[in-house]
Amino acid sequence: MAQGHAAPNYWMIWLYLSILTVLEIAAIYLDVAKLIIVILLVGLALSKAALVAMYFMHLRFERPTLGLIALSPLILCVFLILMLLPDIS
Amino acid sequence: MSEASVMHVSAEPAESPLTPESWGKLGMWLFLVGDAMSFGALLVGYGLLRHASPNWPIPSKALGISLTAFMTFLLICSSVTMVKGLEAVKDRERGRAKGYLLLTILGGVGFLGLQAYEWTHLIAEGLKVYGNPWGSPLFGTTFFVITGFHGLHVTGGVLYLTAMLFLVSQPKTALGPGWAYNVVEVSGLYWHFVDLVWIMVFTFVYLL
Repeated sequence: MAQGHAAPNYWMIWLYLSILTVLEIAAIYLDVAKLIIVILLVGLALSKAALVAMYFMHLRFERPTLGLIALSPLILCVFLILMLLPDIS
Repeated sequence: MSEASVMHVSAEPAESPLTPESWGKLGMWLFLVGDAMSFGALLVGYGLLRHASPNWPIPSKALGISLTAFMTFLLICSSVTMVKGLEAVKDRERGRAKGYLLLTILGGVGFLGLQAYEWTHLIAEGLKVYGNPWGSPLFGTTFFVITGFHGLHVTGGVLYLTAMLFLVSQPKTALGPGWAYNVVEVSGLYWHFVDLVWIMVFTFVYLL
């Protein structure tokens, strides 16, 4: 599978990742509510993680089931947070 | 064992159903999923402790982020040299593959060196596993546990990639889209995962 696709332009992915990192650092200096900064940062971090997984780890070119397996830790972490929420609120 | 069951064993598919190129790739993905849960649990635990501590320091002020931003950039660069090295293995260009793998290893070593420098300075400023001058003692505990666990992963990756560089350097290793490509790709999966985890650690432990 991973050998049958045209190679993505890895330097563009590198550029996107660098730009997203700069945006993340800029975001913490924004003069807005903390919640908005948190949402922005989590969104930017997840976009970076998705770029790495999809292109560098070739997930985009694998069978969809492997993608579901790769996604399972994220789902379990969200579940863990939901289970802990009653304890912290 | 009856003859029927022997027949059954030999009729098992020899090919991994999800990753037809190699079983090793499926094995690495399953390992990484488990490892991701370790990091996920650490980061969720970090969030819980931070939320429960009223005097949590502001990480970006206490830790400083310019050095870590550079470390992030270094890991992103070493991820891109890793995929370029893998491409060179596929194209049977041994010299280019060795060069890119070496750059990837140097990126990892540079990251570790900067982390050692960062830790030394923070410890000198009073950040300890059991306390720190800025607030909740758990700030130091979580910092060292999470960045230390990640640093150990980078160390493992540097050793792993050094073995790959050795493998690719051997003239008897046939390059091209076959066995060598699969083995190097699997090592790359591990390396990109370490990069991906650092993206999360940088965001949650340093920036938020």
